[in-house]
This record gives sequence, C-alpha cells and structure tokens, in this order.
Amino acid sequence: MALDSKAGARAAPVITMPDLKVEGLAKAFGAAPAIFSDVSFTVSRGEAVALVGSNGAGKSTLLRCALGLIAPSAGRIELLGAELTGLGGRDMRALRAQTGLVAQKHNLVPRLSVLSNVIHGLLGQQSGPRYWHQALAPRAAREKAMAALEKVSMADFAQRRADRLSGGQSQRVAIARALVASPRLLIADEPTASLDPAAGEEVMALFFSLVRRENVTVIFTSHNMTHALEYGDRILGLGRGRLQLDAPVADLCAAELRKIYD
Amino acid sequence: MTDPGNTAARATPARIERPSALAFLGYGAALLVILWSFRGAGWSGERLMHAPPALADFMTRSWPPATDALGRLGLKMIETLQIAVAGAALGVVLSLPIALLAARGLIAGRAVNTAVRVMLGVMRAVPDIAWALVFVVAVGLGPFAGMLAIVVDTIGFCGRFFADDMEAADKGPAEALTATGARRLDIAASATIPASIPAFISTSLYALEKAVRSSTILGLVGAGGIGIELKVAFDLFDYPTAMTVIGMIAVVVIVVEQLGIYARKKIIGVER
Repeated sequence: MALDSKAGARAAPVITMPDLKVEGLAKAFGAAPAIFSDVSFTVSRGEAVALVGSNGAGKSTLLRCALGLIAPSAGRIELLGAELTGLGGRDMRALRAQTGLVAQKHNLVPRLSVLSNVIHGLLGQQSGPRYWHQALAPRAAREKAMAALEKVSMADFAQRRADRLSGGQSQRVAIARALVASPRLLIADEPTASLDPAAGEEVMALFFSLVRRENVTVIFTSHNMTHALEYGDRILGLGRGRLQLDAPVADLCAAELRKIYD
Repeated sequence: MTDPGNTAARATPARIERPSALAFLGYGAALLVILWSFRGAGWSGERLMHAPPALADFMTRSWPPATDALGRLGLKMIETLQIAVAGAALGVVLSLPIALLAARGLIAGRAVNTAVRVMLGVMRAVPDIAWALVFVVAVGLGPFAGMLAIVVDTIGFCGRFFADDMEAADKGPAEALTATGARRLDIAASATIPASIPAFISTSLYALEKAVRSSTILGLVGAGGIGIELKVAFDLFDYPTAMTVIGMIAVVVIVVEQLGIYARKKIIGVER
C-alpha cells in the first residue's frame, strides 16, 4: 500500500522541539523484574506514532509514564518541553491540560449524559462545580461540547446516558471529550480493541481525520498492523523489555512488524 | 511424557483436604472460644426448659393486643419514623464529604484518610442507644436527642461504606480526567461520585432501614419515639399494650424493608 494513497495521509511533519522526549526509561513494579528498560525515543509536533508490541510488553505502562500518570523507575521524560521529574501538582496539571487520553474501555462516566461527559474534558482548563454536570455548565462550555459532538456525529445523542450507547458511539464520545479542550498531544491506548472490525475502522478513520485536521500529536497503541501502518507516521516496537523498533512507516511492512511479536 | 489417555493411573484427589496441624489447632481454639462464650452468656438448659410455659403465660396475658390506645401509639410511631427519616437523611448528606476525606487516593492524603476512618470506626463502635444517652444529656429528653443519635450512627455506617464504594469505583473515567489536568476534587465530583451513585443509593436505603429499627428503641432511654410506650407498658405489666407496640414495630420495620427492596430494584435495578 503506497503511503500517498492512505486515507487522510498528510505531509511529513516539520521537526521542531519534540512534544515528547523519553530517555533511558525503565519501569518495574515492586521487586518484579522491569517490564521495560532503556527506552528512548522522541515524538515531534504533529506526528502520529504507533506503539506496537505483544500483550504485557508494557505499552500502556509506557504511555501512562509519558503522561506522568505513573512514575517511572528510571529515566527522564520531557513532555511538551517540560521535564516531568519533580514537577509540582499545579505545573503537572497545567501541562496535562494540553494532553488527553483515549482508552480501550472508553472510560466515560456511565450514569451521566453524553454532554456532561464531554464537558468534563474541559476540567483541565476550567475547574469548579459548573463543569461537573451539563445542567450547571456555562453556555460557552455547552456550546464547545456540542461542537465537539458535532465533529464526531454524536450531537443527536447529547442527552443520552453514556451507558446506553453502543461501543462505537461510546468511543466517539470519548474522542469528543479528549478533543474538546483542543489538546496538543493525545494518547490513544488501543482505541479500537473493544470494538468490532467495522466500528474499529470507522472510529480510527474519524479519530485520525480530526487529529490531523487540528495538528494534534498522537501516540497510539494497536495490535492491528494495518492500523499501525495506515495511521502512523512512525512505528515504535516494544518487545523483550526493550525498544526493538523505531522506524518511519515508509520503511516498514506488516511482516516486519509481526517480528515484534515473535 | 504422561499418556493423556492413561487417566486411571492418576490418583483421584481427596474429597476433603486434610487440615494442617496449625489449621487443626485453629479450629480447636475457635470451638473452645465459642464454648467459653456460651458459659459466659449464662447458658442454662434448665432455664430454657422453663421458658416456654412462661412465654405461653405472657402470650395469654397479652392477648388480645390492646386497641384502645391505637391513636396515641400511632402518633408515637409517626414520631419514630420522623426521627428515623430526618436522622438518616441528615446523616447521609453529612456522610458524603466525610467519605470523600476517608477514601484512599481521592482528595485527601493518607494521614487524613486514616484519621477520618478511625473517627468513623468510633462512631460505629458506640451503639446507637449509647449515643442517644449522650444526646439526652446534651440536648435534653425528646425526639431531637434520638434524631442526633441516628445522625451519628448513620454517618458511622454510610461514611465508611460510601468511602469503600468510591475506592472500588472504576478508575478509568478518573484516569481520563486526570490526563486532561483536572483537579482531584473535580475528578471526584465528576467521575467517582456519579459512578458510585448506585452503591450510595443502596447503602442509604440500608441506613434508613437501620434507622427505623434503631428509632423504635431509642425511647427506652428517653430519646423519643415509640420505645417509651414499650417500656411503660412492661413496667406497668400492661402486656396487651406491649403486644400492640411490638406488633406495630414489626409491621413498620417489615414495610420499610420491603419498600427499600422495591426502591433499590426500581432506582438502580438491583435486588439484594
């Protein structure tokens, strides 16, 4: 498959200061051996990077370390130009206000409406009770959330409870929540793993058309080699506790990627 | 290599596993403690043999239940329910912020969590009748003391279980909001509390049932409600009235329990 024929393909990003720089990263839980160690890579502004690897390779842990959600055992992380080690709570929150997370399980609040869930995406920028529920939210926040829902074609479902959506609809809402605050960097951890193939394709196409339009840096994990090759600009392969691969998609094919799983 | 077809060669596991020497000692010790407790509780087979005739005598003297005081007893029962409803409602409302402080990993640090949990433990450890005695001293005789006792008892119960419910809530939505830079209080209010609401409703309904049961006996120590009528009836050997009070308490408690089961099923779709 030629790169220029990809759905939503974009021009190679201009390399500036990296949005994420990871150096010598290692993570071990308790006395257990490290899940991974000596992991180093950078992700440039506007780049879409696929992180692949077998189950238990530490992909999700690595991404959570990158957002400062989990502390690494060793190494350093520079997120959006700021060193995470020793960053205070307020500075960390300010940094995270420019990031977002789309997870495999969608992670919406089940009993709340779709609109409330999307308004929650603004909490990093606007704190307080008015952003806890759509009924209390200021007009601007409601309009912003509705615009985000329009982008994922879910505006008609704004009042529906999140636990009454299909898997694909639910993930669309999670994408709207992640994008409503116009983040600079998004982490998508196996965003289609809980969806059937058709819904997965639809969600991936939608997600990448939006992030490319808004020039958001994306790091995503996937077991789907086609997705990694189709939507990534670059692929990182994690295996046997090390970063085994870091290459542009143009240099790779699915067979080479499968070696990561051996 | 084991022949997969040769299953007859394998020993069949014992139906009951033989306990270890330590486990055997543990079972023996537990049995001794139970027997020792029966002795301490004044177990007497002889007195038990004499109980049925005495009970039959009480039933004979209390039957038929008195109906002449139904109006007065009905008003006292309403007061009992008012004590229970007001106490449980205030207790549930106050439990929420306390539970937020008690829940680990939510808005407060470990030291605050521990201090609040110890306080909740004390509230639960002291029986509601003892709290009623304390509040009778503090605010005087009457239903207000009973209501305050129910409030404290409800906070001890709901505060702990609300905190446990929030700790057990799905961490996914909270993580998604953390990744956007939301504050801890915003995350708790937007993700953790809404996700815990079914458990909160269930716990609150149990608290109301518990409050109704408690409020029926608080009158024994002058803290309002129908309990005082029961005490007076027994003191005056007015067993028909005592039987009426016992019957009313049983009916009200059973009705409230059934309403609780219905409400749980209706509101959160859980029957337990």
